[in-house]
Formats: sequence, structure tokens, C-alpha cells
Amino acid sequence: MSSIAKPSVRHPSARKNAIGLTKADYEGAMSTLCAGCGHDSVTASLIQAFWELDLPPHKAAKMSGIGCSSKTTAYFMRQSHGFNSVHGRMPSVTTGANAANRDLTYIGISGDGDSLNIGLGQMVHAIRRNVNMLYVIENNGVYGLTKGQFSATADVGSKSKRGEVHEQAPIDPVLLALTLGATFVARSFSGDKAQLVPILKAGLAHRGFALIDVISPCVSFNDHEGSTKSYAYVRGHGVETVATDFVPLRRSITVPAQHDEVTVVQMHDGHRVRLHATAPGYDPADREAAYGYVRSCIGREELATGLLFVDAAGRDMHDLNRTVPSPLAQLPFSSLCPGSAALDAMMARYR
Amino acid sequence: MSGVNDFAFKMATVNGTGSASANSLLMQAIFRMGVPVTGKNIFPSNIQGLPTWYEIRVSDDGYTARPGAIDLIVALNPTTYAQDFASVRPGGCVLYDSSWPLDPKAQRADVTFLGVPLGDLCRDAFTGDRDRTLLRNVAYAGALTALLQIDRAVIEQTLTEKYGRKKSLLEANRRAIQLGYDYAQAHFDCPLPFHCAPRDRTREFVLMDGNTACALGALYAGATVGAWYPITPSTSLMESFKALCQEHRVDRKTGLNKYCILQAEDELSAAGMVLGAGWMGARSFTCTSGPGLSLMQEFLGLAYYTELPGVFFNVQRAGPATGMPTRTQQADLFSMAYASHGDTKHIMLFPADPAECFALTVAAFDATERFQTPVFLVADLDIGMNDWMIPRLQWDDRYAPDRGKVLDAAALDQVQKFFRYVDTDGDGIAARTLPGVDGKGAYFTRGSGHDRFGAYTEDGAAYQDVVDRIRRKFETAARALPAPAYHRQDGADIGIVLVGSPAAAVREAVDRLREQGSIADVMRIRAFPFAPEVTDFLGRYQTVFVVEQNRDAQLRALLAIETGTPRDHMVSVLDYAGQPLTAGALVSAMTTHLQGVAR
Repeated sequence: MSSIAKPSVRHPSARKNAIGLTKADYEGAMSTLCAGCGHDSVTASLIQAFWELDLPPHKAAKMSGIGCSSKTTAYFMRQSHGFNSVHGRMPSVTTGANAANRDLTYIGISGDGDSLNIGLGQMVHAIRRNVNMLYVIENNGVYGLTKGQFSATADVGSKSKRGEVHEQAPIDPVLLALTLGATFVARSFSGDKAQLVPILKAGLAHRGFALIDVISPCVSFNDHEGSTKSYAYVRGHGVETVATDFVPLRRSITVPAQHDEVTVVQMHDGHRVRLHATAPGYDPADREAAYGYVRSCIGREELATGLLFVDAAGRDMHDLNRTVPSPLAQLPFSSLCPGSAALDAMMARYR
Repeated sequence: MSGVNDFAFKMATVNGTGSASANSLLMQAIFRMGVPVTGKNIFPSNIQGLPTWYEIRVSDDGYTARPGAIDLIVALNPTTYAQDFASVRPGGCVLYDSSWPLDPKAQRADVTFLGVPLGDLCRDAFTGDRDRTLLRNVAYAGALTALLQIDRAVIEQTLTEKYGRKKSLLEANRRAIQLGYDYAQAHFDCPLPFHCAPRDRTREFVLMDGNTACALGALYAGATVGAWYPITPSTSLMESFKALCQEHRVDRKTGLNKYCILQAEDELSAAGMVLGAGWMGARSFTCTSGPGLSLMQEFLGLAYYTELPGVFFNVQRAGPATGMPTRTQQADLFSMAYASHGDTKHIMLFPADPAECFALTVAAFDATERFQTPVFLVADLDIGMNDWMIPRLQWDDRYAPDRGKVLDAAALDQVQKFFRYVDTDGDGIAARTLPGVDGKGAYFTRGSGHDRFGAYTEDGAAYQDVVDRIRRKFETAARALPAPAYHRQDGADIGIVLVGSPAAAVREAVDRLREQGSIADVMRIRAFPFAPEVTDFLGRYQTVFVVEQNRDAQLRALLAIETGTPRDHMVSVLDYAGQPLTAGALVSAMTTHLQGVAR
């Protein structure tokens, strides 16, 4: 049960970040997922990323829908408000919350079923609005809580635990997001913390919708021979296309921006992200090329990983709506209500 | 009926031909003559080419219900001639376009036919198909100005205000008015026996539709986030809100907006956005109608159980399914009262007219935050889209929003540990915190089973503890929400119960019943869950009529369920054809029942 609390004993010499918090301060309740679940590794990477970014927990909001992935918002940052909403509908709740208070960091955790089956419409439109949020899909190709049905990301030919072969074409969230004009698109693997943590940090620093598709194997229902979302398969087929290095504000950057295969992206908040393409000629600022490359990898049964596309200059939902910089929820009532004299004056129009 | 300042006329036209502005010109002019007036637009779910009607009722007595009889019809749509001619009372008039011959067989002997060659007049006077078509409407307005003795100076003034900046348009409209006026003066005995005479009875009133009034209410209540999906007949609510915000909520220095309107991909999303914003502490709302309400059900259940605020405007239309999108009904009471699966209940507020739309919208924003639960502002197409004569809206500058029990950083400092669902003072309401304020106030909002501390639970007793408290919260709400409005008479032995827009017809029906010797008291319920006094009223009369605009007597069923009053003690008066109620229909149904009992 997610209400089980972890012991709060701290080692006195535990390292603290710039705001005086240890990594344990970014933890949440005890996970109730299966032992070895990829999602728990993602949670560990998230905790690492928040801690390294010196993020004040109460200035973050954890958003999720329904499913195994959506339970994980309870397992980190207990000092943040969390919202475990309705299946497939986390994007709309986050959109409303963000509209009301743009000052918080929004972390949405979803799954392949939650985002690409029941919630496809909402995810797509949150991308179109460029809602400023980190959106993590913990992607295992399977419905865990209902014990092993295929989801929309299950590959053609992938086998279920019962031996059933999947025949419908999958939806690839990375290709979908690139098509929709997403401003930050990445793919990673739950088992590769070294790759995932800098991507998560870059996603949190990105202003706009940051989609990270994390292949996160389901040890109970989709980690067998014949599955294309198993630990063994992903380890064998993953190809790091773009190596990502997140550069903290207080560390000066030494790599020249014009280096052949290194791109430095300046984020809105001043952070910089250094991208090193391992695929020759790959340009993470070129949407068309990124799309073509990811597709060609799929054709070769390879999984392109890394921060595959980023446009740090995109306008987010608040830019598009021209909202004031202060959170709408905190505007004083006196600045919102036009008052009796204005109403009296308006009445002339209705005569 | 039928006399000076006591008559009704109706325009039968084809939609998309520009008759709306001529009709509103007529209505506005009569209103400005100081004469009480009401308009009902009966329009198709279509943009161009289908029949549409506009009824205007002139009433010195200030009755605002849909008229029972039509004294004059302007018949400009040959495809509906038969039904239009039949709709006029004996002795009434038909004004038709005599540019084309009228089939003598179609004419009625007991009605006067007034032929005005509107088409020919406009063809000769104007150029271009578009102008000729549009100005034909203004020309019939001119003819009616003569026939109904509408003040020409007022017409002139109204046109000048409307087209003052576009001189050529103003001239064309003036000319079209003159064409119709002169023709009528020259060929008919003007004015007709029923016509207008100036009064001073509208000075403190305005003409406004309910959607505009709701939007004004949302503006004044301080709503900042509106999320919606366009749907008839609620669309103009958010569009009015947007226009009002552009006027009153743009920061003068920066040009930036102190509001955010999100046009969602569907109503599921709109509901989610409202709740997300409410969770964050903004006053947020959506507006919708039947099909949208159906899509919002799951989120409404989530909001009920996680105790989140949000105002849901439901401008009802005729269902089920797509139903009749441009017809009015009150048939969503069941799907609002207990929306979503599981044990749920939702607050509903019922305005009877646009004036109350304004006041109750503000009350809805207070109630939703105070009780931390969604609140429905329940209107219908008749209130939402028709222009009603209502007292000028007023605002009390002393108003302060009721934000409910919200612990800020200072308050959190005073508590040892914060638990989301603990009720400390017995009113059933637990204090909440807003994200971003203080880590001490952090809690996990979940639609899954939770205990009073906000933790996940599958323990029966811990679960029941929370849902029982929520029930107590609704008992508190029932006593605190806007009380019923009464119309009481000495010696009444009949009780009439209703919600919403039928109030106008009920008011008139009660006067007519009195003339027949039947004395009735009226209780207009303004909120659900019902106040305790609702039960008392139902038990006080031998005969209790429940008037409502749906087939299945939904209000009566709610009264039976919630008050325990035997269903058969309440006599249903139902009207669900999709038009605003008439007093005549009510009097007829009630009289038939009373006579049956007497026998």
C-alpha cells in the first residue's frame, strides 16, 4: 500500500544540495510495485534529478492518471502536492493547474496505456498547447494492473506472457510528439540512470512540454522471451543517438558551441544542455531529420535514445495566452473585480 | 389579451437572412418606449436556410412568459405559411410579402391579411442581392412601426446608435424603415387595435440574456480560469466572458491578461482543467449542455470524492443524445444531482432569469469553495439565450469572496501536522491547502479509497468515515445555500413547486387561477440539496403541483427521494416539447386536475 511510510532516519553525513536537502528529502512513500519494476528505477532517477537541481519540493506538483506508472507519484517528493486523477486525464488537470499557477514545476508521470490508449486525445492537445511540464511515459507495452493485456505501444510480433502475438501497429510517442510540434522529445531506458538523469534535468529546465518516453520493463507481464519491451531486448537494441549532459548554472561551460557534434542548448532558466550526437550528422535541432532518423531506427529494430529533439525557443501555453507573470490564483480579488461603477456603466449597453 | 400594450407578434423567417437585427430593433424600441417586453427566439440548429421564429410579447402587466396567443404574424417564409397562418388567433393579422401572389386557399377568413410588397420595394430601392435581402427585414420593421405605433423617434435613435459610424448603412436602414412605414400608412388603417403606447415602466430595467449575466457573474466573482468546449446553447456564455475579460482584465501597462480561457479538445478535458485550476486555488469554471455534461461525469465523481471546487454552468437543452440543441428543457436534473458512479451528490443552484443568473453565479463561486465540491449553475436555453427584461444589475463593493477553509503558511505553522480530510468543527468540511505554499501542507489528492488523513486505504471503516463526513458536509450545505423564494396568498390551499425558468409562466398562471377562484402559493426552489423548509412546504397543502420541463418528472422524483414526501402527494405538470412555458398550458393542466378531484 502506498501509505506505508519509509523510515525517516537520516545519516548525519548524508550529502546536502544547495538548499540543504539530502536525497532522502526527495523520497516519498514506500513503493508497492513489483520487485524489479522498471518504474522504481525511474523514480530513483527522478529523485536524483530533483536533488541535483536543488528543486524546493513544495514548489513542484506531481501529476498522474491511473495505472502502475501513475502510482509512482506517491513514491517521491512527499513534500509536494500530488494529484492522482482519472485514467488518461492527467494532461487536462495539469493544464488547468498550470493555467492557475505558472510558478510551480509540473511533473506528470504516465504510462503507455494512460497516455496512448485511453488518454491519447489529452496528451496530444497538451503537446499542442505546449503546457510547461515534464511528461514522463513509463512505457512497458502492457497493462500491468489488469495483468498483461497489450497496450498501444506493443510492437507488431511482440508476444504476451500467454503466448499471444500482437498484430496491431503500435503508436510511437516519440514520432507522435515530433509530428505534433513538441518542443522537447527524448527517449531513454529505466535501466540507464546515467542517461536518464541528465535528460530528466533538461526536461525540468525546459520551458514547454518536455516528453520523455522511458522504456520501463514490466517484470511481471512483459519481461519474457519474445517481448520487445523486456530488459534483455532493450539492452540489446537500444542505440544512444544523442548523449546528453546537463550543465548546472554554477558550472561554467568549456565545450565550444561550434564543435562538430556537440550542440549547446540554452534553456529559459539559464541552464544549458550539452548534446553530443553519436550518430554521424544527427542534429537534435532539426525536427524533420530527427523524425526520419527515429523511423529508420525502428526499421532496423533499433531504439534511438537520448534527447532527440529540442527547441528551447518555443512559446509555452502562457506565452500563447499572454497571461500576466503572476500566478492567476494569487491575483488579489480587488484587481479582478471591476466594481459597482463599472457595472452601472455597462448597464447602458443593455437598454 | 389583445389591446394597447397587451399583445404578441411573431416573425417567421428563414435563418441566415438577417432578420435577427430587425427583430431586436423592434424589441429594443418598444422597451425604450417604457413598455415591458419579452422576446423568445425559436431557432433551428442550423446556420442558413431553415425556418426560424421570433416572438415578441408586449405586456403592461410585466408578464414575461411566452405568449399563449399570437395577434400578428409576419410571414416571410413560404415553406411554413400553413403553420404560421394557423398560429394566429381569430381576429388577428398576417403580414406577408405581397411581391408574390398568395394562394387564396391558404388564407383564413377569420384573419386579416396585410400584403406588403417588401421584395418589390427593396428591389427598387436598393442594389445588390445581399442588401435587398437584408433590408427586406428592416422594411417589415418599418411597416410594424406604423401598424403597432412604435415610436419612430426611438427607432431612429436606436438605429443611429447602432450604425452611427457607418453612414451608408445607417442611411439604408432609415430608408428601409421609411419604405415599410409609408406603405403601411398608405394602405392600412394604422395603428391596429392592438398597439403600443408609451409608458414609464422600464426605466430601472435592462434587456439581457442569461449567458451574458452568468459571464458577468463570473467576472465579478473573480473567476480567472475558464475551460470549455463550444456547445449550443452555452457557447455565448464563455464568449461573453472572453469579451468582458478583454475589456476589464487586461493589465493596462503590460497588455497581459489576468485570465486564461482554454478551449479544450472535449468536455472531459474542460472538466479536468477546471478541477486542476480549482485545486490550485483559482476560481475556475466551465459551461456546457447535455452531451458535454455526459462527458464530464467521471471528473465530477472525482471532484466529489477528492473535494475540489469548480463551477459548472449547465445551459440545458432538449435531450437525450443530441436531442434538440436549440430547444429548451429541464431534463438534466438526474444527471446533475447524482452525476458519476458510486454514491455522489452535487450542489445545484437554479436561477429563474438572467438577473438571478448574475447573483447566483457569484453565490456558486462562494459555495464551491466553501464546500469544496463542484457546483452546478443550472440554466436552460430559454434563460441562457433569450433576452429578458430584468432589473439593472447591481454590485455591492463590500463583497468579499468566501474562499472556504484554506490553510495558508501562517495557519499551517499553527498546526502540528496537516491532514487533508479531518473535520475539526463538525460542519463536515475539512480544511485544504494549496500547492506551492508550504511543504507542511502537502498531501496526495487521490480518487482511490482514502482515509481521513488522506492516505490510501482499502479499510472499510476508514473509507466509510470519509464518505459519511462528506454526507454531513452536504447537510450543512442544504441549510446554507440560497433559500427558496415564495409567493404566498391568503387562503391558499394549493402549493406550486418549481425550479428555474418556468417561474415567469407560473407567476402569470397563479394570477389567472386566482381569477378562477383557485388560490395557490408558490415555492421556487433555488438550491439542491433541498433546504429543510422544502419538506415543510410540500406537507402544507392538500394539492401540490410540481411544474417542470421534462417527461419523467425528475424534480418530483428528487423531492420524493430527498424529502421523503410520498410521490403521489405531488401532482406533476409537465411540458417537454422544447418551448418556453406558457401560462395558458399551466392553467389548463392545473384546472383539469382540480376539476377531476372536485368530481
